[in-house]
Amino acid sequence: MLNVGKIEEGFVLDHIKAGKSLELYDHLQLDKLDCTVAIIKNARSNKMGKKDILKVECDINMLDLDVLAFIDHSITVNVIKNGEIVEKKALVLPAEIRNVIRCHNPRCITSIEQELPHIFYLADPDKEVYRCRYCEEKYLDSAK
Amino acid sequence: MKHLMSPLDFTTQELDRLFDLANDIETDPNKYAHICEGKILATCFYEPSTRTRLSFESAMIRLGGRVIGFSDAASSSAAKGESVSDTIRVISCYADICAMRHPKEGAPMVAAEKSQIPVINAGDGGHQHPTQTLTDLLTIRSLKGRLGDFTIGLCGDLKFGRTVHSLINALVRYDNIRFLFISPEELRVPDYITDMLRSKGISYSEVIRLEDVMPQLDLLYMTRVQKERFFNEEDYVRLKDFYILDTAKLALAREDMLVLHPLPRVNEISVEVDSDPRAAYFRQAQYGVYVRMALILTLLGLA
Repeated sequence: MLNVGKIEEGFVLDHIKAGKSLELYDHLQLDKLDCTVAIIKNARSNKMGKKDILKVECDINMLDLDVLAFIDHSITVNVIKNGEIVEKKALVLPAEIRNVIRCHNPRCITSIEQELPHIFYLADPDKEVYRCRYCEEKYLDSAK
Repeated sequence: MKHLMSPLDFTTQELDRLFDLANDIETDPNKYAHICEGKILATCFYEPSTRTRLSFESAMIRLGGRVIGFSDAASSSAAKGESVSDTIRVISCYADICAMRHPKEGAPMVAAEKSQIPVINAGDGGHQHPTQTLTDLLTIRSLKGRLGDFTIGLCGDLKFGRTVHSLINALVRYDNIRFLFISPEELRVPDYITDMLRSKGISYSEVIRLEDVMPQLDLLYMTRVQKERFFNEEDYVRLKDFYILDTAKLALAREDMLVLHPLPRVNEISVEVDSDPRAAYFRQAQYGVYVRMALILTLLGLA
């Protein structure tokens, strides 16, 4: 059994689908943070069989939980302070996400005007459908 | 500041006010002939669309205003690589209101976000063409006397037809409308529309032959079936006549049925139908000017 030490302040993102932690790492832009990050892949899980875990030692206001909710709102977010779990944050689908995913519709204005932000809005919360603000094309998610 | 990006940007109450104004313009155009004096409409057309552009220009001129603009991207600063955002900032200095057509979907919305003047989406690729839908609604309301309580047949290319999708989305906000979709298998209305109708409990049927449903219709909305939409020549040849409205098919229709078409018509309505009092498509083009006049007045705050 691999042991990864406790963190003092930050997040433990648990119950990430096995193999998806690196995608989360990218989306959360953890490469831009100057902090300790532990990526645990394929950890044993009673609930999931296998799962990934991310431990991030950072100020607890530094992570964009909207992005996390968009990618997988079934992830458990444990907030750590003084080495203890102080809160389990519920993730709710954000009403809008900006510059996280790109519109792939070749007919969309964002395909030719590079400076435009890529904004998606939550069109159907039940089916978790996001649509491009400009062309309304549905985001077809292969990454999730 | 209000813009028009989609027909659903207006509530049904706002649409009623807009259509009342359009009907008043129709009744007494002289009352409105000078109301936009000193105002300028910019028609920014990044792709050619003579009919829509001239309809907008006619609307503004009939209100006493003036028009500037361009009619294709090659004669605009887009050819030099200027962004829509920059163009609209500049146009905002030159005009009081802008009608924009662009081949890329969402371009008018980008313009609206940066604009200091109201922007009207005059068609953005296969996405929205709201003033066509407003034209269709005004025509139905004016000639039928109501928006609701009717059976409408939509015939032709229901898969790719932007005007059809937009009209359906606008009509579902009214009560007791039954939809009959008349198309070849290959060009059926998309699932997301039939899903939406089912979820709202709205009645619809899909048929292949126009003759089968003609006697049931209060309105027939025709669209063109293009040869290139078919997978093979054989199917096209077999089916194309199903979707051509001629006097023989029209003879099956009610006396008070109306035939609508967004135009341009190619061959899907025989010219022999034009003289039938039920042929409403040229009157529809006239309503297109009235609704654009009402829209310009509303967005400029002059209504």
